[in-house]
Amino acid sequence: MPPVISISGLQMSYGEVEAVRGIDLEVDAGEIFAFLGPNGAGKTTTVEILEGYRKRTGGEVEVLGEDPERAGSEWRERIGIVLQSDKLDPYLTVRESLELYAGYYRAPRPVDEVIDLVGLGGKSDQRASRLSGGQQRRLDVGIALVGDPELLFLDEPTTGFDPSARRQAWEVIGGLRDLGKTVFLTTHYMDEAQRLADRVTIISRGEIVARGTPEDLGDRENQPTRVSFKLPSGVSLAELPVEAPSAPGANGVATFQTMAPVRALHDLTSWALERNVELEGLEVSRPSLEDIYLELTDEDGEEAVEQGPQGPGTPAGVRPAGESPVADAPREELPEDVPGGVVR
Amino acid sequence: MSGAALALHQFRYDQKTFWRNPASVFFTVMFPVVLLLIFATVFGGQTVDVRGGIKTTTYYVPAIITLSIISATMQSLAMSLTIAREDGRLKRGRGTPMPAWVFVAGRVGNAIVVSLLMLALLAAIGRLLYGVGIPWERLPAILITLVVGAASFCCLGIALTALIPSQDAAAPIVNAILLPLYFLSGVFIPDDQLPSGVIHFADAFPIRHFFEAFFSAYVPAGAGGSGIEWGSLAIVAVWGVAGLLFAVRFFRWTPRSG
Repeated sequence: MPPVISISGLQMSYGEVEAVRGIDLEVDAGEIFAFLGPNGAGKTTTVEILEGYRKRTGGEVEVLGEDPERAGSEWRERIGIVLQSDKLDPYLTVRESLELYAGYYRAPRPVDEVIDLVGLGGKSDQRASRLSGGQQRRLDVGIALVGDPELLFLDEPTTGFDPSARRQAWEVIGGLRDLGKTVFLTTHYMDEAQRLADRVTIISRGEIVARGTPEDLGDRENQPTRVSFKLPSGVSLAELPVEAPSAPGANGVATFQTMAPVRALHDLTSWALERNVELEGLEVSRPSLEDIYLELTDEDGEEAVEQGPQGPGTPAGVRPAGESPVADAPREELPEDVPGGVVR
Repeated sequence: MSGAALALHQFRYDQKTFWRNPASVFFTVMFPVVLLLIFATVFGGQTVDVRGGIKTTTYYVPAIITLSIISATMQSLAMSLTIAREDGRLKRGRGTPMPAWVFVAGRVGNAIVVSLLMLALLAAIGRLLYGVGIPWERLPAILITLVVGAASFCCLGIALTALIPSQDAAAPIVNAILLPLYFLSGVFIPDDQLPSGVIHFADAFPIRHFFEAFFSAYVPAGAGGSGIEWGSLAIVAVWGVAGLLFAVRFFRWTPRSG
């Protein structure tokens, strides 16, 4: 089956500003595809090009076999759109809003069915203005669904929601998979992508920086393990039996990263026993998806990233341990002798 | 659905939202009624020196109907379309298979129906409270004038949205254009009290011409004549066509702010 969406070399500039800098991606039928990135990364620009709202500056785009710039109403019968800042007509009820939009399509899905799908069963005669924010958003999804499209675009569907509203929205979006819909979801929440998506692609500053399933994203398995502990008093960094430890911060916590945590911990704890010192606050941690996401999309870290061997745009995981970009610390605070050390 | 059925579908929902919106009911329906009551109460019993002398109420009934038609078309469309555009509702509509003209047809249909209703309402009040006769024999002239005027002012309202940057700017811009022109065109202040320079100035804009056309249709001048003021009506129509061309070129479906 051909991909539902295929993009190659997509570029978009607004005057001098390059919002999207040559991205490639494919979305297959029936999958929930998450396009993840911070605000201003180029997500909405990309999704609006796919929806046919914007003309691109360069590259090839095909959505359901057509170029969105030239596609007509036949093509629009097959897609549903939830915009980032949709508002509803406040004076129409849930049912009336859905009936209004159902009238635009040749073969709409029955309105009652849509009301149930988005979990607004008890609210069908309530005016849109009296719905909560989460309920309004689910009505937005209902309006996008009422034409029974093959492909749905959801642009930041849960931004600004409280946790319970997000959970309800997630249930609705997850349910789209069971209907066999293809979903192109943009979000800046890692947990949302993790929860909903079959595949995730991360965009930062107009370039794709990582792609994969939520499980293997950023090659998490091959990321270094971080070990931290409070530096015992009277012990200098140089005495530690580990490579490239970072200087302790104000809280006195020293940190190092290693690809061989068993051996490193053995060396460290043997040394401590021998010296008869306690390693207070000893912690061994693996990067969470959130860590990887922040690292990949970190704006302040740009300078440090560019000093890496492969520059920005390198998927995490191909960087050797100890050369991961500096995430939180300004460059000048790093000690000269421990390049790439991570101070947290 | 066929195009016409789709336009009717759109029109039905536009009617619902119009009547449920307190702002549109107040400003478009109630406000002209209140204005007519005030003008008739304050200036009633006097005469106006046009057509050889007529009662002020006879003058104000067609004047306020003129205002109510402009309000139901130009004012109402400029405001509601700007709000829908900035809310992203126009953008959402463009993401569906619905053709753009259907959306516009629904709104224009809504505006013309409300205009007809205002004609009936204000004519009835004029007849019942102030004894201003309804010129039934002039009904064709009245309806033709109303439809040409309503359609033209719809085009101008849609065109005006292109000059309104935000929801907050809609009411000030619309009122800054219409209110002075109502005064200068003889809608609020009878013709005979306006200096000729003012009338000449007002002649540069469509409100004055529409008022003249509607007044001629509504207030029979002596004997005969169809009551259709073709010259004035043609000027109004030219304004409408200009508005339409401007709208086709500059109308936006996507929000301007944010």
